Amino acid sequence: MNLPIGEAVRSALECESLTKRFGGLEAVKEVNLRVDAGERRAIIGPNGAGKTTLFSLISGLYPVTSGSIRIFGQDITHVPSHRRTHLGLGRTFQITNLFPTLSVIDNLVMAAIGLKGMKFQMVRPLSTYGEFYDRAGEVLESVGMAEKRWEVAKNLSYGEQRQIEISLALISNPVVLLLDEPTAGLSPADSVMMTEMIHHLDPKITILLIEHNMDVALQVADRITVLHQGGVFAEGSPTEIRNNTRVQEIYFGTED
Amino acid sequence: MMGFLVAQTFNGISYAALLFLLGGGLTLILGVMKVVNIAHGSFYLVGGYIGYVIVRYTGNFYLALSGACIGIGLFGMTMERFFLRGLEGQNLRQMLMTMGIALFFQDLLLLIFEGYPLNLNPPAFCMLELQVGKYSFHVLRLFMIGAAAVIYVILWWFQEKTRAGAILRAAVDNKEIAQGLGINVPFVTMGVFGLGGLLAAIGGVVGCAFTAIYPGLDFELLPLAFVIVIVGGMGSLKGALVGAIIVGLVDNFGRAIFPELSYFTLFAPMVVILALRPIGLFGKE
Amino acid sequence: MLKRLESRKRKFLALGAAVGVLVLLPPIFPKYVVILMTQSLVYAIVAMSLDLLIGYTNLKSLGHGAFFAIGAYTSAILVTKLHVGFGVSLLSSMGMAAGASALVGLLTLRAAGIYFLLITLAIAMCIWGLLYRWVSLTGGDNGIMDIPRPNLGLGLDLLDTVTFYYFILFFFVVCLILIFLLVRSPFGRTLVGIRDSESRMKVLGFNVWLHKYLALIIAGAFAGLAGNLYSYYNRFVGPGDSDLMQCMEFVLMVSIGGQGTLIGPNIGAFLITFLKNMVSVYTKRYLMILAFVYILTAKYAPEGVIGLLKRFQTRGKLA
Repeated sequence: MNLPIGEAVRSALECESLTKRFGGLEAVKEVNLRVDAGERRAIIGPNGAGKTTLFSLISGLYPVTSGSIRIFGQDITHVPSHRRTHLGLGRTFQITNLFPTLSVIDNLVMAAIGLKGMKFQMVRPLSTYGEFYDRAGEVLESVGMAEKRWEVAKNLSYGEQRQIEISLALISNPVVLLLDEPTAGLSPADSVMMTEMIHHLDPKITILLIEHNMDVALQVADRITVLHQGGVFAEGSPTEIRNNTRVQEIYFGTED
Repeated sequence: MMGFLVAQTFNGISYAALLFLLGGGLTLILGVMKVVNIAHGSFYLVGGYIGYVIVRYTGNFYLALSGACIGIGLFGMTMERFFLRGLEGQNLRQMLMTMGIALFFQDLLLLIFEGYPLNLNPPAFCMLELQVGKYSFHVLRLFMIGAAAVIYVILWWFQEKTRAGAILRAAVDNKEIAQGLGINVPFVTMGVFGLGGLLAAIGGVVGCAFTAIYPGLDFELLPLAFVIVIVGGMGSLKGALVGAIIVGLVDNFGRAIFPELSYFTLFAPMVVILALRPIGLFGKE
Repeated sequence: MLKRLESRKRKFLALGAAVGVLVLLPPIFPKYVVILMTQSLVYAIVAMSLDLLIGYTNLKSLGHGAFFAIGAYTSAILVTKLHVGFGVSLLSSMGMAAGASALVGLLTLRAAGIYFLLITLAIAMCIWGLLYRWVSLTGGDNGIMDIPRPNLGLGLDLLDTVTFYYFILFFFVVCLILIFLLVRSPFGRTLVGIRDSESRMKVLGFNVWLHKYLALIIAGAFAGLAGNLYSYYNRFVGPGDSDLMQCMEFVLMVSIGGQGTLIGPNIGAFLITFLKNMVSVYTKRYLMILAFVYILTAKYAPEGVIGLLKRFQTRGKLA
């Protein structure tokens, strides 16, 4: 990871006038965002506010229409998606995006080799690379799912799948982690487990999470950004946002 | 030199007329149904054979056209309803299915008509030549161009000005949303196959008058149809027209100037489009 | 863990047994069976390489037959016109096919989804057309005839059916092992990851385009190798070896055998080759029979023989 050194306080993630247009539709409108290192930032907003599109811009799955994105000062606006991972960006998906036909451990091993050069190696079986299986095992232990090693991913319960989602992103040792609705579709009990898991993530990691569940967002976040119709509507501490009546207004009628 | 240019351009455009009929149907099927229809050449060929048989027994070209249209229209709809339902979204399965159907008909035609190239007689006026200055134009070719132009206008009017056309356009843009809007998508998909078949059948009958038909022609024409759709963009009739004109001219001039590399000259516009705009000239994201 | 080792061991044994059968077969069976098996082995190599794309990377390349043909024609032209030796011809075939794959891949990878199918088929048809119309080089419709069998200088008479069979079997086994290793290697597993979830692979740091591109080139090289062997087997190459029918047949072999498995395409190659040849003995309507095979496979057995076997296996376990 080559991160520029020098300036004393540098934002972990900075978006400047970020805009994304799909044909006639402006999904993300002039979004300005500054997230400090180690901060937990929740991105909330009603459906269609542009939250997942924003994540896709930051992770590089969509090209930006205009604006810029920086990680620790480094401009990544035009850097391809896979290179951003090498620079320390990790991401989970709102709709669980595991490798369904692979076992849990194979899922994690796949994530582990993502940053390694030997993934182009064509002769020696992957199963002989013990170090990746060890690392995968480590991460599994740390999220408490070691017994599920050999389960095929599509056979896991939904809550377990969501946890593996996050483990996949963690294996690459990200410095900035994007969590897209980690508690989506989870039962209240599973939501609690997930919130705990997020709480116990390494405090050095900068975390952005999209959350529909206000309680989770208010619990986990240091700071909250509210998106509405593609633009930043409000920003502040959890208490400020909780008491912001305009924010409550845009939510009423859209909550499920 | 001028004579060569005029003649080749005219020939190219008349060839393009035929190609538009072939490619137009395919672009709709690909655009709406997302099916790689290997049997599309069969629509053309079987249509031609139906036309041939009708002309042989009644001498009436227009009856032949109608018969082929109805026959192949039904063929297309039947194919969609009974063979392709349930295979939505599975490209490989659809392809294998249409390949099987195409192969079946190819062999059936071989059984019935044997392998000899067959020709049918167009209406008498088509056998004439039209003199304009020092150039003479074969009326059959003019008829082809005219027919294709008329059909394009009808289709354009249908797509842009009628409700049914709007439904078709909606289905091309996004089938799921169209369904959500209450559009009877199964009906539309069956209709698209019928329409695609019908267009190809017209091409087949006219083509039978113009050159000859024989089993195996279906597979020879398929690459041309594909190139037209690639160049013009999936789902766009305008694209099919433009694509057909480009392919018709390039193929014609190519064969006249570099006969050995004629498929290469066909290749060229396709490569250029793929390099610059992979979804085709009028294709949608 | 034990379950995995056991199923892997079972697969190894099955594979070993199959290869054993292939080795011991020739003396027992009549000559025409050996000839058909030789052809099947050549096609099996193509089918396996195509499965790398369709089954493992989810690249539904319909035009794979074109690279087979390029390999075959390269060998045919070099051997009949320049009288090159086997080694040169083999490497040239693989090189030309891989090179063509590399060029074509630059275009086809610009397309996704159904466009990819369309474009791979269209380009393959253009290559067919080129081979068909470039008469001075390829003999056009007449093709290239009287290709001699390789002279390996080892005192082997490769005109003998059985000897030539073993010659082809050797290459088949080599390819089988290479592809087997490839599929289990990190690169191969990456292809599976791409098949399962491209977007996930991208955010995990994989250069998906590059992996796909390499897969195309490797598959092309294997197809070229098979094409080379085919030219010696058949001693004649013609445009029929690269036309739409041939391209689709390779896809059928992969599908009817079972895509995404290593064994499936091999079974498919044997099935289709034997079917076509044996049926044509009894009826002229073998194309119609083949048509039914396409239709029935598409409708009822899309996951192929291996898939059906797996389904019966799990059903047995649940019962």
